[in-house]
Amino acid sequence: MQPLAMNGDQAIAYAWKQINPDVVAAYPITPQTIIVEAFSEYVADGLVDTEFVCAESEHSAMSLCIGAAAGGARTCTATASAGLAFMWEMLYIAASMRLPIVMAVANRALSGPINIHCDHSDTMGARDSGWIQIFGENAQEAYDNSIMAFRISEHLDLRLPVMTNIDGFITSHSLENLNLLQDEEVKKFIGEFKPIKPLLDYKNPVTYGPFDPPDFYFEHKYQQVEAMSRAMPIIKKIAEEYAKISGRSYEIVESYQVEDADFVAIAAGSTAGTLRSVVDELRAEGKKVGSLKLRVFRPFPDEEIVEALEGKKGVAVLDRSISFGATGPIFPEVRSALYDVDERPKIVNYIYGLGGRDVSIEELKSVYYKMMTGECDRVNYLGVRI
Amino acid sequence: MGDPQKKSKDYPEGGVIDEAGSARKYKTGDWRSQKPEVDKEKCINCLWCWVYCPDNSVLVEEGKMVGFRYSHCKGCGICAAECPKKAITMKKEGN
Repeated sequence: MQPLAMNGDQAIAYAWKQINPDVVAAYPITPQTIIVEAFSEYVADGLVDTEFVCAESEHSAMSLCIGAAAGGARTCTATASAGLAFMWEMLYIAASMRLPIVMAVANRALSGPINIHCDHSDTMGARDSGWIQIFGENAQEAYDNSIMAFRISEHLDLRLPVMTNIDGFITSHSLENLNLLQDEEVKKFIGEFKPIKPLLDYKNPVTYGPFDPPDFYFEHKYQQVEAMSRAMPIIKKIAEEYAKISGRSYEIVESYQVEDADFVAIAAGSTAGTLRSVVDELRAEGKKVGSLKLRVFRPFPDEEIVEALEGKKGVAVLDRSISFGATGPIFPEVRSALYDVDERPKIVNYIYGLGGRDVSIEELKSVYYKMMTGECDRVNYLGVRI
Repeated sequence: MGDPQKKSKDYPEGGVIDEAGSARKYKTGDWRSQKPEVDKEKCINCLWCWVYCPDNSVLVEEGKMVGFRYSHCKGCGICAAECPKKAITMKKEGN
């Protein structure tokens, strides 16, 4: 198939068109709107036979998805920022009911002050909701992750909802060339949806969402722990299968020039791409530096982080969100992963890009230079006028 | 109380209940920290306890109060408080 020019949102909608889900329930919010807008056109044009529900809010959109998935339907939705925040209660319910729902999020800052541009505050806030979270760097990954997400979510050993994240505007609205699979290839890869104990199987009645008293609740939470602990090898295996049909392979964390590097910076989302350019420029200056792209954030890839970073001199964790009174959310997890290794690197945190603040090559170079000279604090702020 | 022999993996995933009428198996009486006991010497079978019990846990046979359904009595003590003859006393139970 010829490469097509699409933005990240359109790429996700196109993947959904090829998947042809049973139900999409959504509410528009920038910078995700193009996804459901483009998909609603596919519905109107009869290119899919999806039941498309325009909900009156995101809380209702996720509730509808929960009902549809519990009923036995292949279900997906999209949101961002305040929309995701409005789904909060239902995110936990989707995960705890072990429903295979796929949700695309075009990462956007949370108000206030009101801002529509990219940062990761929305999905980082949903960190503990029990969803698998995968970050895409560009439109190609937005498309590829969307297809893999259905397989991961619907895997019979998992049945967990999956969030596929892309950077709002930077990826959601930027036009890129991307390679698409044929409809038939996608259909074959995704396979038939296999409902487990669906509500609509009236011959085998079940109850979803009953009250769970103290003598059972903890056991159900532990089931979620166990399911998440099974996720990493399954995500890897599905990526390997996907590589066979697409020619594009994806790791849990993706290393760039890390092997012989002394200093490494880590980022999720589009900044991971910028970091590779920075690494190229610094390597041309003879600096031993590398970068790491955090693709899967939940479950957190402790082992992969240790494997890549043990013995390095310095590591900078770039967080595009912040927990006020603490640090960025990725920083403590990377530090914790490396706490038990014998040769522990010095690890610092950079908060950057809040509310869509651009991050430049020069700024990212300064992150490496300061790691080398030690002129940085434990938590640093990149590109803010202090 | 859930069956102490059953582990996390023994329950259907996602909190789903996949058998009808299973609430019958869940005995809420073990939430109790005190249990009512009746002194039938004092009891006049006025059935005031039966009227007041919020959990349908006073047993009546042929118009006579014959005891308590401890499988669901939560030990609230309303029966003891309302009994006009002070025939019901609450006894501490468990720890």
